Amino acid sequence: MLAYTIRRFGQSFIVLVFMSFLVFVGVYAIGNPVELLVNPQADEAERIRATAALGLDKPFLEQYWGFLKGAAKGDLGKSFVFNVPALTLILEKLPATIELAFVAMVIAISLGIPLGLVAGLKPDSFIGRGIMAGSIMGFSLPTFWVGLVLIMIFSVHLGWLPSNGRGETVLVAGIPVSFLTMDGIAHLAMPATNLALFKLSLLIRLTRAGTREAVLQDYVKFARAKGLPQRRVIGVHVLKNILIPIVTVIGLELGSVIAFAIVTESIFAWPGTGKLLIDSINQLDRPVIVAYLLVIVSLFVVINFVVDVLYSLLDPRVRLGGAAAAH
Amino acid sequence: MSALPTAALAKDREVSIGLQAAITSMDPHYHNLSPNNSMMLHMFEPLIRRDANQKPVPSLATSWRAVDDLTWEFKLRKNVRFHDGSPFTAEDVVFTLKRVPNVPNSPSSFATFTKPIVDVKVVDPHTIVFKTATPHVLLPSDLASVLIVSKGAGEKAATEDYNSGKAAIGTGPYKFAEYVPNQRVVLKANYGYWGGEEPWDKITFKILTNPAARVAALLSGDVQMIETVPTSDIAKLSKDPKFNLVDKVSNRVIYVHLNQSTEKSPPFVTDKSGKPLEKNPFRDARVRKALSMGINRDAIADRIMEKKAVPAAQLLPDFFYGTSKKLKPARFDPEGAKKLLAEAGYPNGFAITIHGPNNRYINDDKIAQAIAQFYTRIGVDAKVETMPSAVYFTRATKLEFGYMVLGWGTESGEQGSSLRSLLATYDRNKGMGVTNRGRYSNPELDKALTIALVTMDEKKREALIQQAAEIAMNDTALIPIHYEVSTWATAKGLRYEARTDQYTLASGLKPAK
Repeated sequence: MLAYTIRRFGQSFIVLVFMSFLVFVGVYAIGNPVELLVNPQADEAERIRATAALGLDKPFLEQYWGFLKGAAKGDLGKSFVFNVPALTLILEKLPATIELAFVAMVIAISLGIPLGLVAGLKPDSFIGRGIMAGSIMGFSLPTFWVGLVLIMIFSVHLGWLPSNGRGETVLVAGIPVSFLTMDGIAHLAMPATNLALFKLSLLIRLTRAGTREAVLQDYVKFARAKGLPQRRVIGVHVLKNILIPIVTVIGLELGSVIAFAIVTESIFAWPGTGKLLIDSINQLDRPVIVAYLLVIVSLFVVINFVVDVLYSLLDPRVRLGGAAAAH
Repeated sequence: MSALPTAALAKDREVSIGLQAAITSMDPHYHNLSPNNSMMLHMFEPLIRRDANQKPVPSLATSWRAVDDLTWEFKLRKNVRFHDGSPFTAEDVVFTLKRVPNVPNSPSSFATFTKPIVDVKVVDPHTIVFKTATPHVLLPSDLASVLIVSKGAGEKAATEDYNSGKAAIGTGPYKFAEYVPNQRVVLKANYGYWGGEEPWDKITFKILTNPAARVAALLSGDVQMIETVPTSDIAKLSKDPKFNLVDKVSNRVIYVHLNQSTEKSPPFVTDKSGKPLEKNPFRDARVRKALSMGINRDAIADRIMEKKAVPAAQLLPDFFYGTSKKLKPARFDPEGAKKLLAEAGYPNGFAITIHGPNNRYINDDKIAQAIAQFYTRIGVDAKVETMPSAVYFTRATKLEFGYMVLGWGTESGEQGSSLRSLLATYDRNKGMGVTNRGRYSNPELDKALTIALVTMDEKKREALIQQAAEIAMNDTALIPIHYEVSTWATAKGLRYEARTDQYTLASGLKPAK
């Protein structure tokens, strides 16, 4: 287990270095940030000053080397635009994004799996068909459109929920969270639902497919024949067996929800990292782009690791890395 | 019982405003960027302020005069106090001028405005004298962009101390309360303000970059005013009795630069079979004029801009300083344009690619599309390629394009500075033609602009700039399309004094009478 963990993180480290290089090359190729930052009326002296102030006057490889040296010390550079450390900027916004992503995933999981089970157990019933029809809607309606419709209904017409921003926060272990205050929940409800919709539909379909396959298996029939109550047959025999693909997908989707909540964040003006990333790309704020992607890649690495651990808990046949290789 | 009316009153004097772009710093000298400059004017003041039409009016200075060609004397306002209670004196001005060119890591500094000043003399606490190395008539205009900070609070302060509020001590009508980057700015009234009482006790600016989200926030009552109403929502909002819409033509012109830097074909300009041309057609004034006549400006303003644009004849609407009333927008005349092209030796036209940004100006990509369609009527084949501004401006500055759709906002409110930046012969070290991406060059124009720059007599100077504008525009040095009209929407019961500089200032938002 320890060797596995070390090797796993060693690989991730190489990925991080490689990716930071790609981003450096990419941003370098797109354009010159000074072009966007300096006031167009400025003269040559001012351009030269700004280029030097941002460290862009040095050769490309020297800039990258400087970044690596800083990164080794935990310093990912200062934002060109905001003049604060890029990592600070991101870590300030990250709790909001993670909160939004987690609440969305909780909604998706707590509704998606039960609904998928129902649809899988009673595929031809009215309820089963209704759930599937609903999931098609969740798949095909564009996120930004659903977001706007939610705002039109709940903020503009009914006036129940605020249309933008994050609500009052309280500190839990030093991290500001908003889902513990009424105001926070009111602000969170619409964006989280909006973000959850697609994942919810995905989980419904996945669970339904798994369930339909599992109920026809011999071990389920046998469990039924043994006279086990329905609840135990579904809860233990069916559910536990179909969970592996579902956990994989949840893990991957959680990562993508954190990394790409951009549309929802900008419609609801949610102060998260997605909005920060888009603004930074538009401004070619390279330190922020690089730092953001490094943080996200690290998050994916951690999530995938947790998923692997969960596999081994769900299926005793799965042994983590090292053991499998030793066979 | 008596507490009730007061509480109700206090709530009435709070307002939330939806802004379209992030405020990148609370340091007034860190980043010369319109949204920042607009926000800073709430807390800090310049010596000379610009009113809603960008006319200079006294602010922290009560009067100013040129003693001789190289000397300016400013009288400062008395009995002005900073937010921390300390008095405002000439020492604060001296400190500000020292600080402006020395803000570490500034991505766009204000040093351009203070550089002409080579020496400062404090005559008494409320009289200050500036010396320049060469005659510099634009000094008052330049100083309107420099916000005065407190020496006491700012002496050891860095940009971070302004962002945290510690050093954000100005003389303006509102005080710093909270700054969350990319999210919101909260300001509280400065009750000791020298300019009298302001309409609000507390203002919350929310950063709502998504246009649909901004409108939704207004509709749902989360904010009471938004700036830059998306053109598609203007019709709906103007019919709704719950909202007021105000607009005003702005100082931003949308125009076309024609790349005249090459002898032969500039990039993306060929004959109709794709072969390069022998001569650069854009160097011929007749071709430039034809391309200007080939654009139907009224149609663009009416259909694409939903009437929120005014066809342009020069670089600023004609009520600004240095503009000529004689210049009129080129009339749409495809037949006349064809004739001119034939005269210039292109009876069969030629082929171009129109390049433009797609996320910088209002409807920028649609404008490029429309121009391409108009050009089919004058026999010019036009393809369109638009791209994000992050890519576009870098390439445009490298002159990688032939036909470039661009925009220009004149923050100084006087046409001389825009002519100098956009059309004077390119010489970056002299500060001439710094954004002349067309590389247009006309000695006659340069001469008029150079003389204007050192002419201290205001009337003579304005006449020179008008003359320069006429020289440039009659030669179609660039193709002006339209001036953007900025719009603001407020909740009913409020009225905003619309501004030409597109600034959103809470002081201009008042209960409607």
